[in-house]
Amino acid sequence: MELCGLTLKNPLVLASGVMGTSATLLRRVALGGAGAVTAKSCGPVARAGHPNPVMVDWGHGLLNAIGLTNPGAEEEVDLLAATREELAQMGVPLFASIFAGTEEEFAQVAGVIAGAKPALIEVNISCPNVRDDFGTPFAAIPETAAAVTQAVKRAVGEIPIAVKLAPNVPDIGRIAAAVVAAGADAITAVNTMPGMVIDPEAAQPVLSNKTGGISGPALKPIALRCVAEIAKTVDVPIIGTGGVLTGRDAIEMVMAGAIAVGVGSAFWYRGENAFELIAEEMKAFMMDNGYATLSEIKGKALR
Amino acid sequence: MIREGFRNFRLASARWLNDSTLWLTFDSDIEAEPGQFVMAWLPGVGEKPFSIAGMAPFSLMVVDVGPFSHALHQLQPGDKVWIKGPLGHGFQVEGDNLLLVGGGYGSAPLLALAHDARTKSAKVTACLGARTAEGLLLGKDFADLGCQVEFMTEDGSAGRQGLITLAVEEILATGEVDLLAACGPTGMLSALAGLARQYHVPSQLSWEAQMRCGMGLCGSCEVPQSLDPALPPGWLACFDGPVFNKDKD
Repeated sequence: MELCGLTLKNPLVLASGVMGTSATLLRRVALGGAGAVTAKSCGPVARAGHPNPVMVDWGHGLLNAIGLTNPGAEEEVDLLAATREELAQMGVPLFASIFAGTEEEFAQVAGVIAGAKPALIEVNISCPNVRDDFGTPFAAIPETAAAVTQAVKRAVGEIPIAVKLAPNVPDIGRIAAAVVAAGADAITAVNTMPGMVIDPEAAQPVLSNKTGGISGPALKPIALRCVAEIAKTVDVPIIGTGGVLTGRDAIEMVMAGAIAVGVGSAFWYRGENAFELIAEEMKAFMMDNGYATLSEIKGKALR
Repeated sequence: MIREGFRNFRLASARWLNDSTLWLTFDSDIEAEPGQFVMAWLPGVGEKPFSIAGMAPFSLMVVDVGPFSHALHQLQPGDKVWIKGPLGHGFQVEGDNLLLVGGGYGSAPLLALAHDARTKSAKVTACLGARTAEGLLLGKDFADLGCQVEFMTEDGSAGRQGLITLAVEEILATGEVDLLAACGPTGMLSALAGLARQYHVPSQLSWEAQMRCGMGLCGSCEVPQSLDPALPPGWLACFDGPVFNKDKD
């Protein structure tokens, strides 16, 4: 399949933030059957992240607040550069992911990361897990989302960018329209949904950060609704992300209007063969139901 | 595998193993393999990974090394600890003649393995090493299970003087060992991985790494292949391990 001029052997993309912290882990996910892999988001400077607990399975999904642990853009660019060629030889494009606190910082980080020539740069304007609200305001307001998109696009030249949107906004279609008008080549929809899990015996939130991002099964209906709204509003490729654990989940994302599908929490639920399993299940579903290509089902549930 | 959130265990009793180490026994059992780990959480203090030292009842061996372990040391009988797990993959009893090698505090999960192995009537040699006599832990517990126990200390203050690998190599050279299982510092494990290869003995080595999510997602606990060339690239202590099970070369 094709995404922003890139060829992917399947539509499954490793979501940013999961396993993408080293060259060896990215290679492992690629060997495990991913169509493309996204490195963990990096920002202007190194961040240690939040203290433990940083993740919990609460029965219907995961809640995490790792806290954007990353080595900073300067070190990340070396990681990406060292990994890109090898992954390319495996036919698996490498996506970078960036975050920052201001429009100028976004442009600066994007410029540094562009030096590694990733196949695509995901612009994370929506991470819910940092106390000083890195990102959240960008994804919440069309004008600021657009301003960041424009600044990043200017800084990265020919490299396609996918802007990662937040699910907790009143009108995600408007945000999508704004970032596409500002130059986004694709949209990743969606980031995790802010939430809280309280342990009643402890009488306090489980995560040290108190709140975190909901992923896994609980996020899927929210993500599907967001993807559908974006698909109705704009005409760029959508990487549908949120709670995809099975081939049927992935098919639902495509039927909502996505062309590629992000996979993350599935590693916890289905083990390290998650990508292979989901890809096989997608194929089986398509054969059983008489579909030959993804484009036949793209947006089918909305027509 | 227990997936959802934390379970409460209450402290039943605590006994000192040395000046800085407590054996904590809780009020109920945990179903686990020897070598699996739990994430222990004390609300308001933090969360850390611990090897399961005993299953029936659930027990942990805790060395007072930082704020979290210090807080565990302050627990009184009846106090609660929040436990997520068991997580990861543990040791398996394979063969009739097991050599267990514990470096310092690494002896804790091996005691649970020794218990399993003795239940299956396997012969067990426990080789325990530390810098000084003070760091040798659980020797009597291994002996009480019917294990043959060898001590090595770097300063010669107990058992033989020298690195533990010296005793391990002598035992491997007898050609009688069916399985080498070990837990301890990474330098010791690297050396043992080399010895296991050299003597064509299957090994199960429990690696440690900085754990964050403990669920195989965040990537923090990747164990570098440089420590043991047999480790697959991108090997995660929490998800693939902590025990790496290597058939003989």
